Amino acid sequence: MSGTFVGMPAFPEAARDAVGNTTLRANLRHATHTIRDKRAKAVAELADWQQLREAGKQIKNHTLRHLERYLVQLEESVVRAGGTVHWAADADEANRIVADLVKATGEREVVKVKSMATQEIGLNEALAAEGISAYETDLAELIVQLGRDLPSHILVPAIHRNRGEIRDIFREEMGKWGRAAPDALTDSPAELAEAARLHLREKFLRAKVGVSGANFMVAETGTLVVFESEGNGRMCLTLPETLISVVGIEKVIPTWQDLEVFLQTLPRSSTAERMNPYTSMWTGTTDGDGPSVFHLVLLDNGRTDTLADEVGRQALRCIRCSACLNVCPVYERAGGHAYGSVYPGPIGAILSPQLRGTESEIDASLPYASSLCGACYEVCPVAIDIPEVLVHLRERVADRGGKGHRLEKAAMKAASWAMDRPGVMAAAERAATRTRRLHPKKVPGTGAWTDSRALPELPEKSFRDWWKGEGR
Amino acid sequence: MTRGDGETGAASRTGTGTGSRDRILARVRTAVADAREAPEVTRDYLTTHTPDDPAAVLDLLHENLAEYRALVHRTDAEGLPPLLARLLAERGSATVLAPAGLPPEWLGATDAVRVQDRPESTAAELDAVDSVVTGCALAIAETGTIVLDGGPDQGRRRITLVPDHHICVVRAPDQVVASVPRAMVRLDPTRPLTWISGPSATSDIELDRVEGVHGPRTLEVVLVSD
Repeated sequence: MSGTFVGMPAFPEAARDAVGNTTLRANLRHATHTIRDKRAKAVAELADWQQLREAGKQIKNHTLRHLERYLVQLEESVVRAGGTVHWAADADEANRIVADLVKATGEREVVKVKSMATQEIGLNEALAAEGISAYETDLAELIVQLGRDLPSHILVPAIHRNRGEIRDIFREEMGKWGRAAPDALTDSPAELAEAARLHLREKFLRAKVGVSGANFMVAETGTLVVFESEGNGRMCLTLPETLISVVGIEKVIPTWQDLEVFLQTLPRSSTAERMNPYTSMWTGTTDGDGPSVFHLVLLDNGRTDTLADEVGRQALRCIRCSACLNVCPVYERAGGHAYGSVYPGPIGAILSPQLRGTESEIDASLPYASSLCGACYEVCPVAIDIPEVLVHLRERVADRGGKGHRLEKAAMKAASWAMDRPGVMAAAERAATRTRRLHPKKVPGTGAWTDSRALPELPEKSFRDWWKGEGR
Repeated sequence: MTRGDGETGAASRTGTGTGSRDRILARVRTAVADAREAPEVTRDYLTTHTPDDPAAVLDLLHENLAEYRALVHRTDAEGLPPLLARLLAERGSATVLAPAGLPPEWLGATDAVRVQDRPESTAAELDAVDSVVTGCALAIAETGTIVLDGGPDQGRRRITLVPDHHICVVRAPDQVVASVPRAMVRLDPTRPLTWISGPSATSDIELDRVEGVHGPRTLEVVLVSD
């Protein structure tokens, strides 16, 4: 996999390729099962997990309901603390703002801490077009960037690569970007991490501009928060003279105290740790410590459209922990690239079609990239009802018509008509039971789903008939 | 750096995209105009998961720090200088960086040359230092976390980041809290805060944990009891 998400085929075609790739499936299965088991243990340590989950949901819902108030308060707090706030309606505007800010420093290089928002807007490519090199410094992001690849997981973007593939990428590509990998590099994770340390350290020590995202922004205080493990985030947030943070408007929370909920739920849900190794919090600038210039770019890029949808807006509660990816049977088999977006997995299936609209083939197919098993809802630390939003988005796609979707819409209409009329329903069930030996095992012509699955056998009696008879 | 010169009102406090500011806020307003009021947050989660027993809380901190591969030592005020001297000697550290407000007696027993934390010192100079010794703002037992807030005995954020060996001194019981909520009420969000749970680590390669990618590869925590 390499290149760009733009022009991706729809989910079924992309997933078919991924399912046929046995290396990819083995890498993914190993990783998702390891992390989901660890996560369950970390969560079980907290007796009040359900209360924390409910509080997280309520904090986010309350913020979204009063988003205007909290964004204005955040702006005031950041400005008071010495920062400058910029507003970007879409990806182009955000990229232009960041490129102009970098150029104003006279620099042509930036170091980046992993950020979903800057991936979403294609910032690296936009900066490259302006002659500015953006270096990803998270180990997994480095692997993805050097391999001219795309991230496939929210937390572990190179989850689809095994150690042998990573060694090959380091050997071939590191020298083109800076310090080359040692000749004798093996595929041991410790040696690979050491090669990355040496390669990136020379970039950190000379960097004048850092670019980040943020996990949370506190309206009350103007504090931004980044969770990470390696220290590359701390490097990017404290060594450069200028720091530019690009953050989606949905990342704001009202108060300092609210942060205590997410400090407990995010690490346990994402890396399955009681706490990730490093969390950095900064409020504007601090004299003599860290960057002397701080810019915050607040990004809309489809978020206000998502906010306007009464069912779909709950996707904006997402804190990007990636727990839903690791439990998803569809993600485990299809891999992250099949979703055609920086947001893969169940959350990507509801977030991408809302941020981008459902006009493209890939976005129209994403609400169907699920078996609706509900595991994603169960693990979500802010209780996003992903299956509910998937069904809601399917209706939206079906309403627009199109191949396949018309058929489903017609079937659903017929079913709801019958279900609303008990007599019709009972007659239909009896008719189905009496003719059950004549039923085909598969439904021809309805697509990929039924081609690979046998229909369930109908019982001898319908439940209603059984209930009327011996059931009682 | 403000680029909205000449504009008025709220917009003048911001940088670029001031037209977009008003547009985004208007879109936000419209998007939730008909939304139901969201209830106030119910905070019925626990403020601690640990009994209020200072000795038990300290043991839990020790255990959780060690599980995340920090090296943990215990001593009292009198034992601290010789312990720090021993830890630096065992590592062969010739130079030790210490913030200006570190109690001078802490490093009274070491032969290592003390390097001052100066604003003008470059990252490359920090890279050449063998070890750094700091205090902390507090430590959280349930998560095995030490929190630095840039206080006089902790110094700038970069000094605990660039050198490869960090020794952090925690004073028990004063600086030890049981839980995250207990820590939040004691921290000042206007200061730059760094929460550290174990040494730098990555799990990006097949989820195998490797210590020391960019931050210090070795984190030693000294728990000093009264």
